[in-house]
Amino acid sequence: MAEILSLSEAISRFVRSGDSLALEGFTHLIPFAAGHEIIRQEITDLTLIRMTPDLIYDQMIGSGCAQKLVFSWGGNPGVGSLHRLRDAVERGWPRPLEIEEHSHSAMAHAYAAGAAGMPCAVFKGYLGSELQAVNPRIKSIACPFTGETLAAVPALRPDVAVIHAQKADRTGNVLIAGIVGVQKEAVLAAQRAVATVEEIVDDLGTTGTNAIVLPSWTLSAVALAPGGARPSYAYGYYGRDNGFYTAWDAIARDRARFTAWIDANVRRPSEARA
Amino acid sequence: MTYSASEMMTVAAARALTNDDICFVGIGLPSAACNLARLTHAPRLTLVYESGTLETKPNVLPLSIGDGELYETALTTVSVPEMFQYWLQGGRITVGFLGGAQVDRYGNLNSTIIGSYAKPKVRLPGSGGATEIATSCHRIYIVLRHGRKSFVDKLDFLTSLGHGPSGRERRALGLRTEGPSLIVTDLCTMRPDPESKEFEVVTLHPGVSADAVRENTGWPVRFAGQLRETPPPSHTELGVLRDLNARTAQAHGVTSAE
Repeated sequence: MAEILSLSEAISRFVRSGDSLALEGFTHLIPFAAGHEIIRQEITDLTLIRMTPDLIYDQMIGSGCAQKLVFSWGGNPGVGSLHRLRDAVERGWPRPLEIEEHSHSAMAHAYAAGAAGMPCAVFKGYLGSELQAVNPRIKSIACPFTGETLAAVPALRPDVAVIHAQKADRTGNVLIAGIVGVQKEAVLAAQRAVATVEEIVDDLGTTGTNAIVLPSWTLSAVALAPGGARPSYAYGYYGRDNGFYTAWDAIARDRARFTAWIDANVRRPSEARA
Repeated sequence: MTYSASEMMTVAAARALTNDDICFVGIGLPSAACNLARLTHAPRLTLVYESGTLETKPNVLPLSIGDGELYETALTTVSVPEMFQYWLQGGRITVGFLGGAQVDRYGNLNSTIIGSYAKPKVRLPGSGGATEIATSCHRIYIVLRHGRKSFVDKLDFLTSLGHGPSGRERRALGLRTEGPSLIVTDLCTMRPDPESKEFEVVTLHPGVSADAVRENTGWPVRFAGQLRETPPPSHTELGVLRDLNARTAQAHGVTSAE
């Protein structure tokens, strides 16, 4: 059963330096508050896994949390580059970043394989693409029935998955609504899982529906974090802050400006570097 | 009515879509083109975004692939694994729109790096959905601004397969999907030669010379025997596109990227 904890306790108990960590949420419900808590707690040497690193991994990479990134699309949607990701890959700042690069289809299949307890995902993919040549974890396999060549990638089995969702009930069952992304698969694929939520209610109100509910016993902890997806959005609670996504481009472009932003907005004032 | 090169490009891309298409839509110009088509000549065009929204009818263009607008106006929304497994890989999508940093004469695309992979000069966003969109959709339309940096003799990296580095690899792999069948730029439209699969210019946008295309293409570009002019945007097309962009700008509180 999930324990209902404070955000800081949920992160300190279940996310450890050196972990492989998936913070999922496809544009919608990106767990920013949890990512910021990881930065504040100076958890490091992480292998970060996310289909779209988005601003949250740009911030975590720039803050030195990551040694490796597993991803499939590393841009700022509708805006341009993730400059902290680029600086780490192109110039090794603040530390070199190993990358394992996939396509969306591969990562989606690999999370589903992880949730299903499979060692690998088999799918129609990577045909003719040079990604196979630069990522040794992309292999091919012959269908034993038809002989067709299929792509294979290892299942994603993160040490810990962290998601943000609309609601939990007092038992710790969690409801995800709207664009549901790959969070269910990420949680079921992971050894440990933490969900932050907008609110904790008596009744999720999902009886008789096919809403996506993660049972309490699939999660390690649930933490209340209202606004925890901002500047991404939580459908039914608040919209995406497109203005911030646009403004991030200039903040992240410059190392000093980025560091000042993290100190002022993420680190606790007493912990901010001089 | 005067119009910009971007407007011409969006309109030319929109015209390629029909009522029977089920279209996998990317953010930016493809999204504008698809919604323009839906709001003009192809009202039954089905739009699918990779965030899982099926048959979505956004009133404003999304800034990201997973905006709430797409969910609210969708027939239904599925998970991301389901989108890539049943809907894309399952062969349900007729048209995929792709762009990239570089395209070659056979419609192969690079959205990964400029320079070498180990020491990239520019780290681009990467594949996203593109690698499997390129092989799973029945047809691919490419939209890209013309220029020597983008229309290159040789890609720095092949992210998404077109017809292959020599124009023959796609067929050799036994893919049953057609691959890239149209390139729309701010200067012209291009179609592949049925045999060699090399893209050649079939229409020039009004006021654009063949030399302008040559100067902006990194290989000795071919022109169709019956080279025509792209019909200019109509009053209706421009009006609908500008309304859509104005609504979008107002909704996002930022200047629309056309």
